[in-house]
Amino acid sequence: MIHSTRISRRGTLKSAAALTALGTLCFPAISRAQADTVKIGHLTPRTGFLGPLGEYAVMAADLAVEEINARGGVLGRKIDLIKEDSVNPQTASVKAERLIERDKVACIVGEISSAACLTIAQVAQRTKNLYVNTGGNSDALRGSNCNKYMFHVESQNSMYVKTVGRSLLANNLVKDKKWYSLTADYAFGHDLLRVAKRFMEGNGGQFAADELVPTDVADFSAFLLKIRNAKPDLVVSNLAGNQITNFLKQYSEFGLTFPVAGFGFDTAVAWGAGKGNFFGIWPLVWHHLIDTPGSKAFVAAFTKKYGKPPENQAWGDYISMHIIAKSMNDIKSIEAVKLIEHWEKGAKFDLLKTREGYFRAYDHQLMHEMYAVEALKANELKNQWDIYKPSPPVPGPNEPLEAIAATPEENACKMSA
Amino acid sequence: MSALFLQQVLNGLLDGVYYLLIALGLSLIFSLGGIVNLAHGAFYAIGAYLTVVLARFIDFGGALVVAPVGVALIGIVIERFLFRRFYREDPILSLLLTFGLALVAEQTLRIIFGAPPLSFAIPQALRGQVFIGDFIYSFYRTILLAIAVGCIVGLWFLLHRTAFGRVVRAGVQNPDMVGALGISLEPYMAAVAGLGIGLAGLAGVLLAPIYSIHPAMGQEIITPAFVVVVIGGLGSFWGVVVAALLVGLAKGLMVAAGYAQFSTAAIYGLMLLVLLFRPRGLFGERIQRFE
Repeated sequence: MIHSTRISRRGTLKSAAALTALGTLCFPAISRAQADTVKIGHLTPRTGFLGPLGEYAVMAADLAVEEINARGGVLGRKIDLIKEDSVNPQTASVKAERLIERDKVACIVGEISSAACLTIAQVAQRTKNLYVNTGGNSDALRGSNCNKYMFHVESQNSMYVKTVGRSLLANNLVKDKKWYSLTADYAFGHDLLRVAKRFMEGNGGQFAADELVPTDVADFSAFLLKIRNAKPDLVVSNLAGNQITNFLKQYSEFGLTFPVAGFGFDTAVAWGAGKGNFFGIWPLVWHHLIDTPGSKAFVAAFTKKYGKPPENQAWGDYISMHIIAKSMNDIKSIEAVKLIEHWEKGAKFDLLKTREGYFRAYDHQLMHEMYAVEALKANELKNQWDIYKPSPPVPGPNEPLEAIAATPEENACKMSA
Repeated sequence: MSALFLQQVLNGLLDGVYYLLIALGLSLIFSLGGIVNLAHGAFYAIGAYLTVVLARFIDFGGALVVAPVGVALIGIVIERFLFRRFYREDPILSLLLTFGLALVAEQTLRIIFGAPPLSFAIPQALRGQVFIGDFIYSFYRTILLAIAVGCIVGLWFLLHRTAFGRVVRAGVQNPDMVGALGISLEPYMAAVAGLGIGLAGLAGVLLAPIYSIHPAMGQEIITPAFVVVVIGGLGSFWGVVVAALLVGLAKGLMVAAGYAQFSTAAIYGLMLLVLLFRPRGLFGERIQRFE
């Protein structure tokens, strides 16, 4: 029996709004840290449109810590990884502060959203703690927003653009060609669009159009109709996370045949697109087909633990944990200032690739090899994971690693102490 | 009017139909029980995940029938054991309940299937495009549209041309009077929850082949659907229909005009405008207990 309680529409709407706001906060993590451990904070989006990638980051960080602890940990102490969902830039900042002030972590690792990287970096700078960015791409983080306490294992947008750019130049898709670009409407996308434009204009291409796509857009049909009408020579994706999956699925649904390339990419979003829905040329910092003993061992360990191969975001968090642990052991200190000094001096690291890498002192960007991958056709697929054909490492063996990175002129960084 | 613009208008309207599948159930459950079902998007997500699982055994066609029914059954169970306790309570409690349900459902999907999107594509037989002159549309979406419109028309008949519908509509207007006439609304409420939630499940099935299937997919659709309900007005079937089409159109036209970055904001602007001039929504009826 339903009785008529007095429910005001306005009251209900207000409550709904309040609850939605509540949803953007999150629940505190339970930390079970002990005094004889080295605590490291891991912050990355585990919900929202970047959540799928965050999941790989967390799995990989867990695996790395397991390996490090099995080999004796850091300076005889075990690593205690305190993991949090960073949710959004504001929450990321609050949680970073809590990790540093309450949990007293030695450093913070992680993140994917460039906007959240910035707020975490500000906390790190204020509290003089170390932050290692494993997934935020924007050049501005290494340029106008660079700071002494932030290091970047993730590649900057310029490196992504120049890596794929080489394939596009080789395929004659730049000079005198019309590009139609779709860009994620937040810090990462805006930054990538700026870098992509610089590359395109520098090489004689032009835009048919560039569109900013809100991050919560799931339906691309209106864009696809416009693209079809504009008849571009190349469709460029500056999208992020789930956006790319939606775009790929619907692009093939509408049967568009213009070549596609992306300047930002994560393998997980293509794995999630479904058979026959992946095409184009895309850049990666790492992929599971790299033929080096280190990468093979990582893929094997990850697959054994989680039942599926790791993707590029997993590499970022995995290798960051190993870089941090090794450096702490090498310099026999867990202090941020000492680590920063060590890295700024150009310490080299095994990155599971053919060449060792190092942090560039002027902007703290990790110098390392990247890859362009080209989607295989549906009839060339042997399994659900190996969906692309990778290029050899970029830059090539005879070039300096800095060849694909932004120059100080392109992306000036004044490191404030 | 250019051909492209006309295409965008049509595409926007068709887009609205997807919101409609979600919004109609949301509106029904709100109108009859006074419950704002914030978990409605979660049922849409469950529908999509069920489709991926079921399609392995009974193909997409089978999943199209079984998955919405499965989701509807979950809805009936939730109505029977949870919603029913809250019809007479302060609405903030049912808001908390459904908000919690949405979180639990999303996290459960994440635990079972993982956060990365599940791989799923349009069945081979339903691929391809339809061309009418220069107008292009995906063949799959025409099927989707036909099914969705069929369901909406069916729902209208159920609500406006059957004894069942008369009781439900009377219950929306004046539940006490329905009770005084000796009719218990409980089974009707269960049926309405099953129907509404089943429709959300159906939307999940229909959109699984073309949208990214991930645990938070429900959040993507619940907010626009909620906006549709508010714009349409309570208790009005056609209000919700018109509102859904308007919301689809507003988003589509923003993209068409080259202001894609404001396409999400546009629907809130539309809501604001409608509420300024018609606080009960476009065709909202005056319902005593909601005033």
